[in-house]
Amino acid sequence: MTSRQRNTGIIAFLAAFIIFILPFVFTFFMAVKSRQEAALFLFTWPSEWHFWSNLVEVVQARNYMLLLAYFNSTIITVGAVALLVIFGAMVGYVLQRRPSGWNKLIYAGVLMGLMVPPAVVPTIWVLQGLGLFKTIHGMILIQVAYGLAFSVLLYRSFIATIPRDLDEAAIIDGAKPWAIFFKVILPLLKPVTVTLILVQSIAIFNDFTNPLYYLPGRENVTVQLTLFNFQSQFQSQFNLLFMNILLVTIPPLIVFVIFNRQIVAGMTAGAVKG
Amino acid sequence: MTAKRRSPYPYWFVLPAAVVFTVLFLVPTIASFWFSMTRWDLFQTEFIGWDNYRQFFKEPFLVQGLTNTLIYAVVTSGAKTILGLLLAVLLTSGILWQGFLRSVVFFPVLVSTIGVGITFAALMHPTKGAINIALSYVGIDGPSWLSDPTLALYSVAFIDIWKGVGLATLIYIAGLAAISPEYYEAARIDGATRSQQFWRVTVPLVQPATVTVVTLSLIGGLRSFDIIWATTKGGPGFASDVLASVIYKQYQAGFYGLATAGNVILFLLIAIIILPLTWWFNKREVDL
Amino acid sequence: MKLIPSAALLSAFIVASGMAQAETTLSVLIDNNPETIAAFDALTAAYTAANPDVTFDIEQRAGGAEGDNLVKTRLATGEMADVFAYNSGSLFQALNPSETLADLSDIQGNVIDSFKPVVTSPDGVVRGIPFGAAMGGGIYYNRKIYEELGLSVPKTWAEFMANNEKIKAAGKVAVAQTYGDTWTSQLFVLADFYNVQSAVPNFAADYTANAIKYATTPAAVQGFQNLEDVFKGGYLNEDFGVAKFDEGMRMVALGEAAHYPMLTFGIGTVKQNYPDNVNDIGFFAQPGTDAAKNGLTVWMPMAAYVPATSPNLEEAKKFLSFVASVEGCNTMIGAIGATGPYLIEGCELPTDVPASVADMLPYFQTEGMTAPALEFLSPIKGPALEQITVEVGSGIRPAAEAAALYDQDVEKQAKQLGLPNW
Repeated sequence: MTSRQRNTGIIAFLAAFIIFILPFVFTFFMAVKSRQEAALFLFTWPSEWHFWSNLVEVVQARNYMLLLAYFNSTIITVGAVALLVIFGAMVGYVLQRRPSGWNKLIYAGVLMGLMVPPAVVPTIWVLQGLGLFKTIHGMILIQVAYGLAFSVLLYRSFIATIPRDLDEAAIIDGAKPWAIFFKVILPLLKPVTVTLILVQSIAIFNDFTNPLYYLPGRENVTVQLTLFNFQSQFQSQFNLLFMNILLVTIPPLIVFVIFNRQIVAGMTAGAVKG
Repeated sequence: MTAKRRSPYPYWFVLPAAVVFTVLFLVPTIASFWFSMTRWDLFQTEFIGWDNYRQFFKEPFLVQGLTNTLIYAVVTSGAKTILGLLLAVLLTSGILWQGFLRSVVFFPVLVSTIGVGITFAALMHPTKGAINIALSYVGIDGPSWLSDPTLALYSVAFIDIWKGVGLATLIYIAGLAAISPEYYEAARIDGATRSQQFWRVTVPLVQPATVTVVTLSLIGGLRSFDIIWATTKGGPGFASDVLASVIYKQYQAGFYGLATAGNVILFLLIAIIILPLTWWFNKREVDL
Repeated sequence: MKLIPSAALLSAFIVASGMAQAETTLSVLIDNNPETIAAFDALTAAYTAANPDVTFDIEQRAGGAEGDNLVKTRLATGEMADVFAYNSGSLFQALNPSETLADLSDIQGNVIDSFKPVVTSPDGVVRGIPFGAAMGGGIYYNRKIYEELGLSVPKTWAEFMANNEKIKAAGKVAVAQTYGDTWTSQLFVLADFYNVQSAVPNFAADYTANAIKYATTPAAVQGFQNLEDVFKGGYLNEDFGVAKFDEGMRMVALGEAAHYPMLTFGIGTVKQNYPDNVNDIGFFAQPGTDAAKNGLTVWMPMAAYVPATSPNLEEAKKFLSFVASVEGCNTMIGAIGATGPYLIEGCELPTDVPASVADMLPYFQTEGMTAPALEFLSPIKGPALEQITVEVGSGIRPAAEAAALYDQDVEKQAKQLGLPNW
């Protein structure tokens, strides 16, 4: 490393610290302050630490609603991401491997999925008709429908990098299509699958508009909705509001710390060419 | 080998995805054209023709919402593209703590939009906020970032850029890694300076990543809603209203038909902007 | 993949939190004003003490348009709490009450007749009971500042502006505004209705019939003009764009600002947060052009409702009949005092009321010195009023233009309600 690289790094670090890290430090400080001190909004070291009592108060608020919210959000995220991986890979695979007139139709669908803002009220109308409105599995399917386009594109471009020789060898061995896909192709997609899981689970976990509409009801609450609801509930209790932000930020942080290498590796390996 | 051998890539692979997508996305989208022509209170519909659209274009704040949407989308996607590329170049040049810095820049992408909105609303408070207090130390009287009508939209755009630039950076880092080092070597042998290398090698060869970044952030910007709702709710007045927030307000006020008409208008706007752009990008790619 | 119904988990939590013996839990949705919260806490505690098998789960929501929208959406999707508190009058009409709300006409025993029309749906059924006190809309002022500067309570808008000028000259904030809670920006317009009505006595009926407009009625434009005037005068607090309602009450209570236009329920917040300063606040009606015609615009209390879809309809009605009883009324007075007359027969105001309430009562005692706010005389209230008033109050849009814009907003609401002549 040259001294220039070192100095640039130090300057970049200082800039990144101010721009990207301080807001999180601020959130943390606010979250541990007393109610009166938090109301001042000042970016100061907390004069008293109320980490534990604030945490307990937020978790206990409205009958442990936050715990229920974590539970619901986890189910929705895991369910939707699992389906997105399988469905997305299957479509991307056929799309890339079998050029035909149908592909145009699929591409049109994908393009719409990426572009078109969901028509909220008619979607509620459809969900009500199917008995899926206000249900967790309805919410999962909505997230699948909205996330599919991105998954398909990501898989399609990655599958393009997998040599066809592999499937052809399997075909010659007499393997069935599903066996080729699940046993040969899907394992090879691991890097991009990790990327997809990461990106989609963050998006779904952080989604608040869709649950707000399609999943009303107190027993259906999701993590982002607690934050939104508590914004009114804690209007003058900023310490609790920021503690809630802190708690909502932790799951992505954990995922990020664990999967950091895989994302970067996955993104770099999976050539982003759309 | 028989002539009618089954394809190893059967279309039923597409079926599960197609069913979910059709029922929960395409059907409501198509139905929205009908509902946008009704007065609708979720209990009953009354067909009123083009009245909702007329109403929508009569709302004086819609025109502002429309220009705001365009400004917001251009500012955020432009900044994310430029900053993303510069950061990616910086973070692939082997500087100290490079890996850590990549993580730091990327992390905001992953956190809750509502949380970010609340946090910045506090930081941007005109009298108590840390930003203006910091500015006052250097003798600057900071503005009301989120409640000054001329600034609010740009302040929200800044928060959006802050939160989203990490994704652009990551995409560019991947794009840069795909450029063969041989190009740079050849350029160096030809005596190209660093800035020449950037403009003549990096920018053209990283174009696939640029296409992705521009398209994604432009669509995101046109549809943007969460961050605006979490910070200004379109205010002060209608100063930072964008199409999505105008639609949302109509929806929330119980004007379901009108909101759905707004949805259709937003859909058309995005199509008008993105389709030609995609076509243009594709054409350029062929030229290269 | 196995899906565990989250309701099962919910009941596990309820058991875990020691509520297993409760037979009914009524869910409650109220706004997040400290006064509402305190009143409801007292009511529910008293009710549970008398009926140990009923407990409550109280949820708070934002006020203003955001709250309106939340209530509408919850009702439309069938997810409303068993009991909720919400405005009476035109905002009640916008809830599509004939379809969404339960019939409460059999628990009206002690409710004063004048309240019933504002919670009666178009089909003639009474669907709410009063919750809280009737209110005046006007201007709070800080008595200490008035004393210190030798000011007297203004009877005309011109006098009010002259006071503001003196307060500003003394280096103080003359008018607190809190557009961070956008609903608070409407006060100068809505509380001017007494003055509108004294200039144009038929305004409300003509307005409902689409025969008169804000923009073409100078007396009605005046409310918007007031907002523009205080902004242009430079009388506002620096953080007017982001400050919230409770900060506005704090400013006028502690003398950080001399005036704050608000409904009289605001004093409840001061009572809780700054009890020592309650009597530093006075109150006067929003002055108009003529000192001889000085009167108060009054608001009916909020109401409590039960959604038609509530699974606990009977229990909810029992609870509300307690709220509408003399005992319930006294419970509320015990918790939050009296911020105005309660509309319950036999529920007397205590003798020691805060200074600002004492300032308000004389208006009620003289015939013709009060007029109901427009939203209790007409079913139409445009949903974008609070954004428009923020615009005027922040100098974005001139008053006349804003009045015209509001007329369009009103038109949209009238069409949605299916009113004749629109």
